[in-house]
Amino acid sequence: MSDDKAIEFRNVSRTFPVKQDNLIGEVKAVDNVSLEIHNGEFFSLLGPSGSGKTTSLRMIAGFDRPTSGQILLYGQDVSNLPPYERDVNTVFQDYALFPHMTVGENVGYGLMIKKIARSEREKRVDEMLDLVQLLGFSGRKPAQLSGGQRQRVALARALINHPKVLLLDEPLGALDLKLRQQMQIELKAIQKRVGITFIFVTHDQEEALTMSDRIAVFNQGRIEQIGSPAEIYEHPLTQFVAGFVGVSNLISGDTARRITGSDVQFSIRPEKIHLDAMDGRPDPETFSAEGKVRDVIYLGLYTRYLVDLNGGGDLVVVEQNLKTTSMDVMKAKGQNVRLSWKKEHASYLGG
Amino acid sequence: MPSKIPAQPSGERASWGLKLGAFGAILFLHIPMWLIFLYAFTTDESAYTFPPPGLTLKWIPQAIANTAMQDALFLTIRVAALATAAALVLGTLAAAAVYRHDFFGKEAISFMLILPLALPGIVTGIAMRSAISLMHIPFTFWTIVIGHATFCVVVVYNNVLARFRRSSNSMIEASMDLGANSFQTFWNIVLPNIGTALLAGAILAFSLSFDEVIVTTFTAGNQQTLPIWIFSQMLKPRNRPITNVTAMLVVLITALPILFAQRITAGHSDSEGGSK
Repeated sequence: MSDDKAIEFRNVSRTFPVKQDNLIGEVKAVDNVSLEIHNGEFFSLLGPSGSGKTTSLRMIAGFDRPTSGQILLYGQDVSNLPPYERDVNTVFQDYALFPHMTVGENVGYGLMIKKIARSEREKRVDEMLDLVQLLGFSGRKPAQLSGGQRQRVALARALINHPKVLLLDEPLGALDLKLRQQMQIELKAIQKRVGITFIFVTHDQEEALTMSDRIAVFNQGRIEQIGSPAEIYEHPLTQFVAGFVGVSNLISGDTARRITGSDVQFSIRPEKIHLDAMDGRPDPETFSAEGKVRDVIYLGLYTRYLVDLNGGGDLVVVEQNLKTTSMDVMKAKGQNVRLSWKKEHASYLGG
Repeated sequence: MPSKIPAQPSGERASWGLKLGAFGAILFLHIPMWLIFLYAFTTDESAYTFPPPGLTLKWIPQAIANTAMQDALFLTIRVAALATAAALVLGTLAAAAVYRHDFFGKEAISFMLILPLALPGIVTGIAMRSAISLMHIPFTFWTIVIGHATFCVVVVYNNVLARFRRSSNSMIEASMDLGANSFQTFWNIVLPNIGTALLAGAILAFSLSFDEVIVTTFTAGNQQTLPIWIFSQMLKPRNRPITNVTAMLVVLITALPILFAQRITAGHSDSEGGSK
C-alpha cells in the first residue's frame, strides 16, 4: 500500500565534484540509500556532519537533486521537481525568516503566493501563531524576536500550507539547552496535533532518542541502521552505531573469545554490566570477566568505573549511586572484581 | 598644594594640534568650492577681485536660460541615466552570478569587473577610443553611455554583492520551499532585500557619470557634456559667473544624492567603491 509511505528513497545517490590540489574528483555525499518513512511518523536522520543526512533532507525538499535513484512522495516520483512544486515544507537551521516582512507576513507568505484572500489569510496566520503560542506577535519584525520565538515563527510559516511532510534541518541547534529541551517536547506535541510526517535532521543522539518514532543513523553517506530509539540503543548493529549513539564498550579479538568463546565483535552498554566482588561463582546465564578497577570517577547521579581485564582489554562500567556515597565508591579502586552481564545484552556487530 | 591631575589620555579627547590639523584639512578641501559659490553671486563680469565688489542674483536666471548650458545638462542627464540603468541590470546580474555560483575563473572575473574603477580614467579612455575606432563605430551619444557604463557597473556590482554576502542564502530556498517560483522569489524576497543597495549603487553611479570628464573626452564625438562645457567655458572669462552658477548646480546634483545614498546605507555600511 503506497499510501502508508510518506517518503521512499530508492537507491538514491548524490555526488558532488570536488577540486583538491588541482585534482578533480567527486565525493559521495549520499551513497545508494534506500529507506521508507511512514505516514505520520516522527523520523530522525541522525549522524555526524558530512554523513549525508542534510543532503538527504535537501533532496526531499528539492534544493538538491539525486545523481541517481528516485525519491517518492506518497508514491509520486518527485526526484526532479523544483521545490515549489512539492507538497513539502522546511524549517531551516538559521530559520531563514524574511527580515523585511512582519511575523504575520512571514507566516502568511505561502498563502500569499497561493493568492488566498487577505481575510482568509489573516485568519489562518492567527491560527498558526496560536499553535506556536505567538498570538499577538503578528505585527513585529523578526529582528525584534528572541531566538526561540524566531524558531516558532519558522515552524508556523512551514506548517501553514499543511504540507504532506515537514522537514526540520537541525532547528534546535542554535537554542540554549533549557529552551532546546522545552522545544523538543513542544515539537513532539505539535506533531501529534497536526498529524503531519516530520523528518528531523540532527547530530544530537540524545535529541533523536527523545523525539523520534524511528531513527536512521547515517555515516559516510550510507545508512548504518534504521530502527526505533530503543532498538538503536539496545541493539546497535554496527560498530559505528554502538559508538555514536550513547557510550559502548566494544570488544573484539582475543578478549571477545575469552568471554563469549567466539571472535565476533560485540558491544555492551556500561550500565548493563554488574560489578561484583570475586566471591561466589559466575552465573551461567551471564557473560563474565574478571579484572582490577583502575579508576573510579564519581559523577553524583552515577559512578563510572574503568576496569582492566585480566589478560588484556578494559571495560567501562556505570552504576547508579542508589545507596552508595563518594566515600564508598572510592574504596573500589584497585580491587579485583568480577564483571557480568546478561547474554542478551551483548550486541553482536556485523562486518 | 594638590597634585596636578594628569591630562586626559588622547583617546578621550583630541589634542589641540590634531583639532587644528583636521580643521586646516577641511578648509584646504573646501575653500576653493566656497569661492566658486561666492563668485556665482559677484557683480564682477569677468575678473576675480576679492572681496567681490557686490553681490547679485542676476547670473542665476542667465545661466538657466543659456541654451548651450541646457543642451549640455540634458545630454549629461541622459547619459548618466542610461549608464546607470545599464549598470543596474549588468551589475546585479554579475553580483548574483559571482555570489551564487562557483565557476572556473570566478576570482579573475570578479577582479576584472572591479578593474575599470581602479584604472586611471585616461587608460579606460584610450582603450575605449581605440576599441571603438577599430570597430568603426561612430562616436556618438551611445559611445559615451558605453564608456560610462564600464565604471558604473562596478559601483552597483560592489554594493549588491556586499548585500548578497550579508543576507542568508536560505531565504531564497525558503521562498521557493513555500511555493514561490523564481520570478516570485526575485520580486518578493530578493528585490526588497537588495533594494537599498540598488538605490545607493544607482545614486553613486549617476553621480560618477554626471561629473566624468576624462572617459567622456575620449568617447564623445562632438557632444559636450556639462563638465566638458564648463571646462570649455573656463577659457572664456566673459561668462565666468554663469560657469560658477552651473558649477554650483553640479555640486547640488552630485553631492546631495551621495549624502542621501550614505544615509540609506548607513545601517548597513556596505556601500563600497567610493569615487573615481
